[in-house]
Amino acid sequence: MTNIPIKRVDLIFEKVLCKEIFEKIVNSSPEEVTQAIIDSGLKGRGGAGFPTGLKWQFAAREKSEDKYIVCNADEGEPGTFKDRQILDEVPEKVFCGMAIASKAVGAKKGYIYLRGEYKFLVPKLEQKMKEFHDFMKEIGHDFEVILRMGSGAYICGEESALFESIEGKRGEPRNKPPYPTTAGVFDKPTCINNVETLVYTVMILKYGATHFKDLGTKDSRGSKVFSVSGDTPKAGIYELELGMTVGEFVDEFGDGDTKSVQVGGAAGFCVPRKRFQDTIIGFEGVPTGGSMKLFNSSRSMYNVMHNYLDFFNEESCGQCTPCRVGCQQLLKGIEAVKRGEKSSKYLEELEKLASTMKVAAKCGLGQSVGNAFNSIVNNFREEIIY
Amino acid sequence: MMTLTESVNKKVEKHGTTREALLPILQDIVTEKSYLSDQDMVEVARQLDISAADVFGTATFYSFLDTKPRGKYVIRICKTISCSMKGKHEVLETIEDILKISLGETTADKQFSLLETNCIGWCHKAPAILINDDPYTELNSEKVTEILREYIKK
Repeated sequence: MTNIPIKRVDLIFEKVLCKEIFEKIVNSSPEEVTQAIIDSGLKGRGGAGFPTGLKWQFAAREKSEDKYIVCNADEGEPGTFKDRQILDEVPEKVFCGMAIASKAVGAKKGYIYLRGEYKFLVPKLEQKMKEFHDFMKEIGHDFEVILRMGSGAYICGEESALFESIEGKRGEPRNKPPYPTTAGVFDKPTCINNVETLVYTVMILKYGATHFKDLGTKDSRGSKVFSVSGDTPKAGIYELELGMTVGEFVDEFGDGDTKSVQVGGAAGFCVPRKRFQDTIIGFEGVPTGGSMKLFNSSRSMYNVMHNYLDFFNEESCGQCTPCRVGCQQLLKGIEAVKRGEKSSKYLEELEKLASTMKVAAKCGLGQSVGNAFNSIVNNFREEIIY
Repeated sequence: MMTLTESVNKKVEKHGTTREALLPILQDIVTEKSYLSDQDMVEVARQLDISAADVFGTATFYSFLDTKPRGKYVIRICKTISCSMKGKHEVLETIEDILKISLGETTADKQFSLLETNCIGWCHKAPAILINDDPYTELNSEKVTEILREYIKK
């Protein structure tokens, strides 16, 4: 068998002249800008994968004096650290992406919501922001960005919780609809994008929609920045073409003894060795915001599951019952099975509970606990029980 | 020395009196003194003209807005899976040994508090800790001992 290496891509961290890119589009119509993003097939890189161009179009069509662009830099998914690197290395591209979005949507104000854990980046971001604002004035584009900090709450990465937090409240998710493009921060039409997504819009406008669209697959166009950690000799940040299988990924990044890969973090899916070859990393298979954690055969999947459930227990905002009580009971449940207080049959009850949470929880946090839970329990039942 | 009212007022002047200003004001207080006292929260509520319960409810939602007295340096050790896998326990034990405190505690001289936190975004350089805002990565017993010695000297 010949191994075709996974194609490395260098778009996100490539140094470009943002001013030139923005100057090129500042006199285009908003529709032209949005159309380029739609044509590229770019989907949100935070994990949920909503088509970016469509989101911009929805926000653009809203009739409102006040609209907002929000950059979601509340990167909190366990195993994800690429946005930190992007903000550290190419912050000017993030601001440029926000300016492009503001042009497309017709917004005059933007927010960057940065997680508190990344506060060490603030001096650099403020310096770059000052340069950015000077450029906006110089070119005559009316757009201002405000930097806001999180304070250690994973849930604030959920878009509506993030809006609540910007508004100075507890970061509790809202009911949807209305969706952000209709009523987001301060109940105004809001276009919220992940850090990486915004940088890709810059590169799409630089190189053209086709350049991006030619990479990847029909369902997962382009490339993506992956955060690789766990049992791997090559932990780090890699920008790769989409469309590879977990098997190809493991060939490249595994330590020769990989038994499972957690794709998408604690909220993502566990892919066991037997499924490596037929599972595609992308929207047609297992989606990810970039988190790729490798586990080798020395690791207990019970400990992994326990760690994730402990995480969700602390980070569940407590607002809705399925998530608040569900997370507690899943954790207590696997502990009881491990201690032998409950029979292994009880795991089936817990799987049902996790599936109920998928449909009954109010937001993405509670809805995704079952992804990891069911995929780990299904594939590593013995490790959970014994 | 500035009174509490003056100190809060300075932050209100910087961030404004709208509800939107609440988090930045609370964050500034925590940066300054490591935690929010009851008096701080009551004073912020008075100056923003909202209820103290609302301020308390908001502050306690966020794990980095402590409402218990903390040391000058707050050490947060990441307990999420990658750090656990790469020797977080050994680092934790070393910190506990050096500072003679357990998780959740503050040293008698009010210099250090030791807390756990969820993923801080350094999984590829695990295990990692934050000391106030500064990350330290790829730690082991020796490395964390050296870092703490520097902080103790400060």
